[in-house]
Amino acid sequence: MNRKKHHYKKGFIFLLLSMVVLLSGCEQMVVFDPKGPVAESQKDLILYSLIYMAGIIVVVFAAFAIIVVKYRDHPNRKASSYKPNLHGNKAIEAVWIIIPIIIVTLLSIPTVNTLFDLEEPPVSSSDKEPLVVYATAANWKWFFSYPEQDIETVNYLHIPTDRAIEFRLASAGSMAALWIPALGGQKYNMAGMQTVLYLQADEPGVYDGRNSNFNGEGFTEHTFEVYAESGDKFNEWVSEQQETAPNLTQKKYNKLLEPGLVDRYTFSSTHRDWVQHGTLEDMDYTIERFREAYETNMHLENDGEQTNNEH
Amino acid sequence: MQLDEFFVTGEPLIYGGMVAIALVTSAILFILTYFKKWNWLWREWLTTVDHKKIGIMYILSALAMLFRGGMDALMMRVQLAFPGMNFLNAQHYDEVFTTHGTVMIIFMAMPFLIGLMNIIVPLQIGARDFAFPFVNAISFWSFFFGAMLFNISFVIGGSPDAGWTSYTPLAGAAMSPGPGQNFYLLGLQLAGIGTLATGINLMVTILKMRAPSMKMFHMPIFTWSSFITCFIIIFAFPILTVALALMTIDRIFGSQFFTLTGEGLPMMWTNLFWMWGHPEVYIVILPAFGIFSEIIATFAKKRLFGYSAMVWSIVLIAGLSFLVWVHHFFTMGAGAFVNSVFSISTMLIAVPTGVKIFNWLGTLYKSKIEFSVAMLWSLAFIPSFVIGGVTGVMLGMAAADFQFHNSYFLVAHFHYVLIAGTVFACFAGLVYWYPKMFGHKLNERIGKWSFWFFLIGFHVCFFPQFFIGLDGMPRRIFYIAPEWFTLNFISTIGAFGMGVGFAIFVYNIYYSFRYSERETTGDAWNNGRTLEWATAAPVPHYNFATLPDKVGYDALLDMKEKGETTFDESKLEPIHMPNNTGKPIIMMGILAFASFALVFEWVTLAAIGLIGTIIMMGIRSFDYDDGHYVSVDEIKRTERAARGLNDE
Repeated sequence: MNRKKHHYKKGFIFLLLSMVVLLSGCEQMVVFDPKGPVAESQKDLILYSLIYMAGIIVVVFAAFAIIVVKYRDHPNRKASSYKPNLHGNKAIEAVWIIIPIIIVTLLSIPTVNTLFDLEEPPVSSSDKEPLVVYATAANWKWFFSYPEQDIETVNYLHIPTDRAIEFRLASAGSMAALWIPALGGQKYNMAGMQTVLYLQADEPGVYDGRNSNFNGEGFTEHTFEVYAESGDKFNEWVSEQQETAPNLTQKKYNKLLEPGLVDRYTFSSTHRDWVQHGTLEDMDYTIERFREAYETNMHLENDGEQTNNEH
Repeated sequence: MQLDEFFVTGEPLIYGGMVAIALVTSAILFILTYFKKWNWLWREWLTTVDHKKIGIMYILSALAMLFRGGMDALMMRVQLAFPGMNFLNAQHYDEVFTTHGTVMIIFMAMPFLIGLMNIIVPLQIGARDFAFPFVNAISFWSFFFGAMLFNISFVIGGSPDAGWTSYTPLAGAAMSPGPGQNFYLLGLQLAGIGTLATGINLMVTILKMRAPSMKMFHMPIFTWSSFITCFIIIFAFPILTVALALMTIDRIFGSQFFTLTGEGLPMMWTNLFWMWGHPEVYIVILPAFGIFSEIIATFAKKRLFGYSAMVWSIVLIAGLSFLVWVHHFFTMGAGAFVNSVFSISTMLIAVPTGVKIFNWLGTLYKSKIEFSVAMLWSLAFIPSFVIGGVTGVMLGMAAADFQFHNSYFLVAHFHYVLIAGTVFACFAGLVYWYPKMFGHKLNERIGKWSFWFFLIGFHVCFFPQFFIGLDGMPRRIFYIAPEWFTLNFISTIGAFGMGVGFAIFVYNIYYSFRYSERETTGDAWNNGRTLEWATAAPVPHYNFATLPDKVGYDALLDMKEKGETTFDESKLEPIHMPNNTGKPIIMMGILAFASFALVFEWVTLAAIGLIGTIIMMGIRSFDYDDGHYVSVDEIKRTERAARGLNDE
């Protein structure tokens, strides 16, 4: 019997140790390593909730371990420790109803606050107008239109640091979700409507972005990279593209729009001149043109490298 | 249509599947013919209206589906552990995770629990059968044919590949052409008929067929959880029925409910799907809670702590389950206010769930715990489910969910609740009630091996996924970035651990069938508290020779104290029972044929099948079969034999 007891203790200590080891790796995990104020506020909220969750886990696990060990059926137990008809206790039941309600309340307040904050551009850059970027997901590539700069990029994105980016999300086909975990959480891209997502980078760098909502065969490759750089460098990049990149014609756009994977492209005009996928009138643009293209299979395999290497 | 359009070609794994299907089918046909079992099969099983036999068929089918869904899972895990090997290509991977999700929820978890309810609920409330035994048979066969229809998709026509949620417009005719998605729609529709019918049937059974004088608040907790589950089924399933029908009409007849053309509303599908889909997860968790409550009370040899709190928390959870569906798409941009409302309602579910957890701990407090296999599964559930529960609260915090949504954090969370909740409950319940079903126990030693393999495998598989999710790995990708490799590899090892655990479990069924001692007493665990343990072993088809009278809470304990049994020779009367009938299997077989034709959009054939089904309904409505009476002599003989009493 003693040996058995030992086992439980060992298992419990092992569990605690392994959790500590795994949690110590948190700093490297992208959600816990935010590069902008939006991701920062979400990380704070997650860490805040983790404190309560850890508390709940410790209490329940400890109570569970003690009870299971103490009340197992073994010969050395006192008869008085067995009460087969004990079936309720109003006081303790009230405690374990009230405490969870308090916890839920304490979790709800910051959640609601953060939710309302996320609908606005981050406070830290409120002195500057947000940079508007239309992010359109098409099967299985990304079109980023910069209306002010009148340029459009495919499958990659340049943004200035310390300035809010107002993403206007839409889809040219199936539903997608724009997610750049280092900068903040995602929102859906849907055809026929437009959602707004504010993100911001505070540190220059290259961040992974992707579609996180399953949308068919090319889903795994439906990714892009975000180049965050200082305002000056960003403006430099913009003027360079405005001068050197070709115009985006509707014919070229339609070619790119066809379901399938494409490389990176840059254009010195945007597709918004002839189609706005986020509106009800234009939500069938792709379907009307490429219905047959969905019938063919790409036979996509992992070739060990991403397709969007060309810059 | 060409034959190679009909059968799926070009995939070695699928050819393997075809060969396996052909071999297993011919083996079954051969065995049935060789041992001249066709007649027996038809008479005893295919035409049965006995709730216990129907329940057993549900559970056997569910175990087969667990195998299928598990194979899908292992294939995915192999692909993710060795992405460079190209074990599956992108398309095949999409099909595999779609069928994994659908099979596990619709054709494994729900039928398994409905099977247990079928067998146990009438026994627990002292009833002789369901309120509508014929409908019960219809329910089973519609589920069975629905499952078969869905399952043949991978060799005939092609599997659905739009995810188990099948969001439009992706799942619409334009972006997912071919029969795959139709298999999903019609397989679910056909099975859904059975589920809805069972919900109504079971609810009426519980309300009207209880032993005389059993009050609602004296019903065993598993019966309570089944009863509330019936409410959820009755309110949630019609939504699914309508949504599936609308998408079927979209795909086959070209309407525009969920399309991108013709002013369709693709997001309406998402709403309808989750208005059903969220309550659905409680359809598969509430009965599980009931099972754990029964087992914990039995093997702790103690009365359930906080019975009425347990009941009310189930009611509350069921009510809240209809008010939280938007948390599946917080990221849709519904605005801060809407997200706040659904965020808070989601987190509130943690309160009644917490009450249940503490009540189980309260039951264990000052008890005498016996570590039987059923109890081990139930004990392991508590800490595992708490991890799933707290991460569920985290997901419920909408602002944080923007980072968790569609990531492996979510995958880890729902596997923690669904496996630790539902799958553990299925195993626990099967082990616990096994002697009621088959007249012998499962071997405890082998059962423990199976338990430990599965439990450890489960945590090794899913715990790392929380961390891969926080590192930005989305679900449903078919190969992974190098930084996610290690944890994915560990996860795959765990998945195989679970596979081994399941294999041992199945072996245990065979082993115990051969070598386990046969039950001679109905109260197999010696600690039965509720009425199902008051029946003889094996349970006669009429369940109770004499219906228990004046039953209260923990009815069998009372009876044991008073020295009463459910076989009082002085009170025997002839028992009225329904006759077996082949109509349910035939009717649903014809409907399955119609559904199959509709999958391939052969509308004429489908119409013929539908007319055939309606004709069968007509024939049934002129059926004046009133069943039969079991004579007092026969009852005496059966009960005396089962209870080991001497003949007079």
